[in-house]
Amino acid sequence: MKKFWIATKDAFTTFLHVPGTVTRSGAHVRDGVDLKRIMIIVVISLVPAALFGMWNVGYQHQLAIGGGTALQILPNFWFGFLKVLPLYIVSYVVGLFIEFFSSGLRDEEVNEGYLVTGFLIPLIVPVTTPLWMLALAVAFAVIFAKEVFGGTGRNIWNPALIARAFLFFSYPSYMSGDEVWIAKRASETFADGFTGATPLALEGTAQYSNSILSQIIGTIPGSVGETSVIAILLGAFVLLWTGVASWKVMTGSVLGALLIGGLSNIAGVSAIPFWQHLLLGGFAFGTVFMATDPVTSAQTETGKWIYGLLIGMLCVIVRLFNPGYAEGMMLAILLGNTAAPLIDHLVVSSHISRRNKKINAQA
Amino acid sequence: MSNKIVLTKGLDLPVSGKAELRVAKTVTPDIVAICPTDFAGLTPRLLVKEGDNVLCGSPVLSDKKNPDILISSPVSGIVKEIVRGEKRKLLAVLIQADIKQQGLDFGKKNPKDLDASEIKRALLESGLWPFIIQRPYGIVAKPEDTPKAIFISAFDTAPLAASPEFTLGDRIADVQTGIDAVAKLTDGKVHVGLNAASSSSTPFRRLEGVSFHLFEGKHPAGNVGVQISHVCPVVKGSVVWTVSLQGLAAIGALFKTGKLNLRRKIAVAGPAAIQTGYADALPGTPMSSFAAFYGNNDDIRIVSGNILSGKTVGKEGYLGFYSNEVTVLKEGIEKELFGWLDPIRPKVYSQDRTAFSWLFCGKKYNMDTNLHGGPRAFVMSDSYYSKVLPMDIYPIYLIKACLAGDIDKMEQFGIYEVIPEDFALCEYIDPSKNYIQEIIADGISLMLKEME
Repeated sequence: MKKFWIATKDAFTTFLHVPGTVTRSGAHVRDGVDLKRIMIIVVISLVPAALFGMWNVGYQHQLAIGGGTALQILPNFWFGFLKVLPLYIVSYVVGLFIEFFSSGLRDEEVNEGYLVTGFLIPLIVPVTTPLWMLALAVAFAVIFAKEVFGGTGRNIWNPALIARAFLFFSYPSYMSGDEVWIAKRASETFADGFTGATPLALEGTAQYSNSILSQIIGTIPGSVGETSVIAILLGAFVLLWTGVASWKVMTGSVLGALLIGGLSNIAGVSAIPFWQHLLLGGFAFGTVFMATDPVTSAQTETGKWIYGLLIGMLCVIVRLFNPGYAEGMMLAILLGNTAAPLIDHLVVSSHISRRNKKINAQA
Repeated sequence: MSNKIVLTKGLDLPVSGKAELRVAKTVTPDIVAICPTDFAGLTPRLLVKEGDNVLCGSPVLSDKKNPDILISSPVSGIVKEIVRGEKRKLLAVLIQADIKQQGLDFGKKNPKDLDASEIKRALLESGLWPFIIQRPYGIVAKPEDTPKAIFISAFDTAPLAASPEFTLGDRIADVQTGIDAVAKLTDGKVHVGLNAASSSSTPFRRLEGVSFHLFEGKHPAGNVGVQISHVCPVVKGSVVWTVSLQGLAAIGALFKTGKLNLRRKIAVAGPAAIQTGYADALPGTPMSSFAAFYGNNDDIRIVSGNILSGKTVGKEGYLGFYSNEVTVLKEGIEKELFGWLDPIRPKVYSQDRTAFSWLFCGKKYNMDTNLHGGPRAFVMSDSYYSKVLPMDIYPIYLIKACLAGDIDKMEQFGIYEVIPEDFALCEYIDPSKNYIQEIIADGISLMLKEME
């Protein structure tokens, strides 16, 4: 328990100050960048999506109870903020407690990776997720997707997506039910004829039936942070400009989705225009914020292209050829994470054998 | 005549305190130290005891595995003290210099008339052999080997490095004689790496009997390891040797005069130095002889070598055998409030795009020894590190193989090509603040142990 307190105290003091630690050997001077700074850039890039998501929670609620389509920026935002805030509190309190505790156990400083994970989780779950369910999912993800591997930097799968997958597989009826995606107060009922439906059920209903413009702006139902392509692109701009996320992964993922989407159009499997896959569901959010996680993505530059393509392709494949569940991004990224070490292994070994041949030819 | 190799990867640190091009001081030390830890791969055996008289060039230490390899005294005088550390580990042999300064005479010779074994014998008996370093592993070469080639880097891109034109420009003849000597030791060529930017003006361009390669790029383009990897990569079973210009000048002087002369111009630089410049000194000179450069300040670190891979020696320490630089840095013990969040930190340089140092291009920073963060597991991907390593290597894979102690993987990922200093910039930019050079050094020691 003492270790836990030491780790916790240390985490808060280093949060306040960059510590006065000096180098022991080797490179006597060090660069000003540290993981806290890199992680905070990711959080900053998520802010537009989070703010828009909060407003949209209010807006969708207003639509659902028949309150009209007036924008009502502040009231809607406030409604959404109050709905999303508890998700954040649960996500951070549960996650950080486990993180601090395990860091104490391992005698390590607390890693700031959870700052990002904790910020992501509320954005990728339905806004009405019961808090106990979320707490369980966060605990599961942090313990079994991260701490058992040794903490941030050593995990195989993106912990935020594991939290979502846990909810999805443990409470499937809940996660795909009609009412879960739109917040309402207990006393309210949905307006007659309103079809909240499964927002991720693509063809014919929900997200797909909305206009292209609203899909881009994000005034459609969905997980809190995933709906607005514009807000996500703002985040993508920050991530790419600072070089924190890899443009190769993002481009690869977009190309992969376009490729399979295009093939499905040609083969007549799906009526969704191939480019529209980029706007729907969690594709944009996943591509920008989750596939690019440096820990769980491919490490090598060539590997990043392959990994990105794989995710984009898998996402559309799961969407089109899966009768039970209409959204594919979560599974695509988790499968991509699983394949990443293999991709890297192939890239690195083929590089080594090519290189050995070249050197032998010289000699 | 020579090919130009352009290296796009690398980083030049904008650190202040470059040494002024003037010889500010000639140091004639009372005491010099011979520190066996300077010599990678040697196990020292003591050949003298306290109170013995030594001449300049008398052997003081030999290698236990290879008793022909000797390390000699750079001065004449009396062995004052033998300093031992824990478990009686030999740390230093201190020699009190006398006034007469007599040296052993090894005899003038023209290396062009000698054969390889005579040259080897001359280098071994005079104590200059340790200047010859082998790759793989960066340890003192084994006299029985015949290297595939010999590599010399004629420029240093490390931050605040001593300018070889200034330190050795007047000793080109010695360097040339040194090259004539070592050229006999290989069946292959002697390769000299020149900086493309100054290749037409540098006096080293006049060297004969060598094959030139021009390198253009940022640090570590001047590291001999980087140059080797672009000219003729080291693979398992092959050995190449490297010699510093400093070593060649000493070797040349030995053949021309018959005397051991380790005097060299060293740069005294660094952001915390109260004055910078060059000093004429001997290896093993106590740091207190350079007090005029660093003053009375307490919170400073004195490094023998450069800021990226030198050794902390402190005010009581001594100049290393291979070192041609002393760097003075401020200890960065101050805490920085919300430093990780602050968008603009005028005093802290970062190459990362998350900071705004690029706005102030051309600005020099008074860098200190602050770690700027806490140690973490590796998070960023391989390409984050490989952008400062212009070698055909996946740095993170090699580092992790070293951490895991996996010999096969280390071999595959290129442990034969590297020494810790090649990873100095990876260590500098690492946001996870690992001690990458130590990891590589441990990997190399493991290889040495397993391969014996």
